[in-house]
Amino acid sequence: MLTRLVCLIKKELQAILGNRQGRILLIMPIILQTALFPFAATLEVKNSTLIIYNEDGGAASVELVQRLSQTAAFTKIIMAHGEKEIREAIDSQNALLALQIPPDFSRRLLNRQTAPVQIVIDGRRSNSAQIASGYASQVVNAFALEQGGRPLASISLRNLYNPNLDFKWHVLPSLVAIITTIGCLIVTALSVAREREEGTFDQLLVSPLTPVYIMVGKAVPGVLVAVAQGSFIVLVARFIYRVPFTGSTLLLFTGMICYGLALAGIGLFISSLCETQQQAFLGVFSFMVPAVMLSGYVAPIENMPVAMQWVAHLNPLSYFIPILKGVFLKGFGFGQAWSNLWPLLAIAACTVRVALSMFRRHIA
Amino acid sequence: MSPLSWRRLSALCRKESFQIVRDPSSILVAFILPVMLLFIFGYAINLDTSNVRFGVLMDDAGPAGQRLLQAFKGTSAFEVRQCWSREEVLGALAKGELRGAVLVASDFSTKWLQGEGAAALQVLTDGSEPNTANFIGSYVQGVYEKWDQEAAYDQGLTPAPVVDVRIRSWFNPSTVSRNFLVPGSISVVMTIIGALLTSLVVAREWERGTMEALLATPVTKAELLLSKVIPYYVLGMFAMVLCLVVAVFVMGVPFRGSFLALFGISSLFLGSSLGLGLFLSTVLRNQFNAAQAALTAGFLPALMLSGFVFEIASMPKVLQWLTLVIPARYFANSLQTLFQAGTIRGLLIHNALFLALLALFWLGLTAWKTKRTLD
Repeated sequence: MLTRLVCLIKKELQAILGNRQGRILLIMPIILQTALFPFAATLEVKNSTLIIYNEDGGAASVELVQRLSQTAAFTKIIMAHGEKEIREAIDSQNALLALQIPPDFSRRLLNRQTAPVQIVIDGRRSNSAQIASGYASQVVNAFALEQGGRPLASISLRNLYNPNLDFKWHVLPSLVAIITTIGCLIVTALSVAREREEGTFDQLLVSPLTPVYIMVGKAVPGVLVAVAQGSFIVLVARFIYRVPFTGSTLLLFTGMICYGLALAGIGLFISSLCETQQQAFLGVFSFMVPAVMLSGYVAPIENMPVAMQWVAHLNPLSYFIPILKGVFLKGFGFGQAWSNLWPLLAIAACTVRVALSMFRRHIA
Repeated sequence: MSPLSWRRLSALCRKESFQIVRDPSSILVAFILPVMLLFIFGYAINLDTSNVRFGVLMDDAGPAGQRLLQAFKGTSAFEVRQCWSREEVLGALAKGELRGAVLVASDFSTKWLQGEGAAALQVLTDGSEPNTANFIGSYVQGVYEKWDQEAAYDQGLTPAPVVDVRIRSWFNPSTVSRNFLVPGSISVVMTIIGALLTSLVVAREWERGTMEALLATPVTKAELLLSKVIPYYVLGMFAMVLCLVVAVFVMGVPFRGSFLALFGISSLFLGSSLGLGLFLSTVLRNQFNAAQAALTAGFLPALMLSGFVFEIASMPKVLQWLTLVIPARYFANSLQTLFQAGTIRGLLIHNALFLALLALFWLGLTAWKTKRTLD
């Protein structure tokens, strides 16, 4: 019976990898995504444009403008000569934020009075604009503290695991999870639907393979694809992007296989509900996008409304991403990862079980 | 044989529409998926950081330390958990139970009075979440500076002259991230409808062998192409109206632009994304592969490179150029402007021009690749 299973798996792999187009489509997207997304998916704010309207012209204000133009976040500074220019620059998105220094700024500082300055941000891009205005405020406040008065005892800030807050160190481990999600789900969900559409599924059913074997034969290639794609990204992350890999490799693969199983279960469940490839594909899509969005990758889970937090707790991705980040950055072994590993195992067990019973019912 | 017969075209459109309406999955895509995605994008992606799990280890029993503890507990963004040892803090940070922590040593008050050069506080963050870590760093600085001013005033120390930074956000005064994420996510939703569904249609005809039947009829290339574009365009516009209604009336995102401009921009955008989907479908002739290609060439760039979450200006130059050929970029930007700022003519015309070019490019390429022969 085992040889039959091996044959079935071989046949599945051939169906996926047998033609050139299929091979390209399993490999090219991954290369593209690992090459592009670490640079694109960043919430850092760099190279933004600041427009300054300095109504003051006193020494203090000129010094402040100097300081701002040396900030890395603002590569371009435009000097405005009126409020109208500010409005136009923000409207047309030529500048992300504007700073207005009122006429009495230098005088008030000299007289030890509170001196207001105004920052206007583009609310259409309020997140990046707020981050940028945070940088600008820091420069302004540091400048203000130096203008005399009592110097402040400082704060020593240490960012653990990622000292320079490099976004790539956050994106690449998460990308391992996201890309394997796409690969594994498409392979498992669409392969059954394709056989149905092409009519070859009936041929499988009249073969001596039992439903369990057919299901295993469909699940294993999916897990293999997930592990292969995942390993590729891990290698790229480690050796090309030089993200530190500090944890246990065994844990990494255990996590990947558990996650692959959970996905294969979901993929097969979707395919058991579908008649056509289009339906299966859309089913995959309807699962995948919420799964990525509710995983804590883009925004932290604790920020979400409570109902969505519940959904997030059922999402295998919410457990796999912390394991990946732990294995890369935090030196995780099985001990620390257990609190994330057991939910992943439980989800995998559930989805495979449900998929099996759906599969049986559909065949019977 | 005339190149375009209305009778044949309308018959083909009818057939295509029946195929859409009779397949429950296209209804799912056109009506349920957009609403679901809008809610997820609008509520799950909350970039306005709040409820940050933050630890405080307080070894300073003096009044200054206690007051600082109260200051942290009183913040709106932090959910403060009091810790009792350094090991506890480090363990919780590793497990992700805390995103950041401040360690207040027993000599905090002394160091604070000493002023310059002394490090009064130590702040630790979980760098594996860089956005949150960044936020914590500057937020703690703010809390500390405010606390310092009040404490210094109480002790009779002269407070430093302060520059008061007043931040005003145009278009979105309360800086709710939903207000810009929802318009941006409409562009992602429309990409899905435009590119994903159409990536399957031509390939399906080839796979099922119905293309041969079609080619045996007197149908022309233009009719064939239009019969695929028109029904999906109508479907896309329905979905657009639905998105608009949900965004404005259910999620409370203001819409300040003109509907005519919205209609025009949406049509151009649909033209380009339908074109992309049809092109992939025509070239690949295989649903499985076309779907994957549409995901890679349509959906993912719309999500990552359209500038709706991730700022385009922050990307490396090469990527910035790449975004120029991504229709979702112009659409997301136009929608954000139309919803929040109103009809800003220059910006919209610029976007419309690029969308028109992209639509022409993809539809033209599809027409060129569509052949009335079997091979």
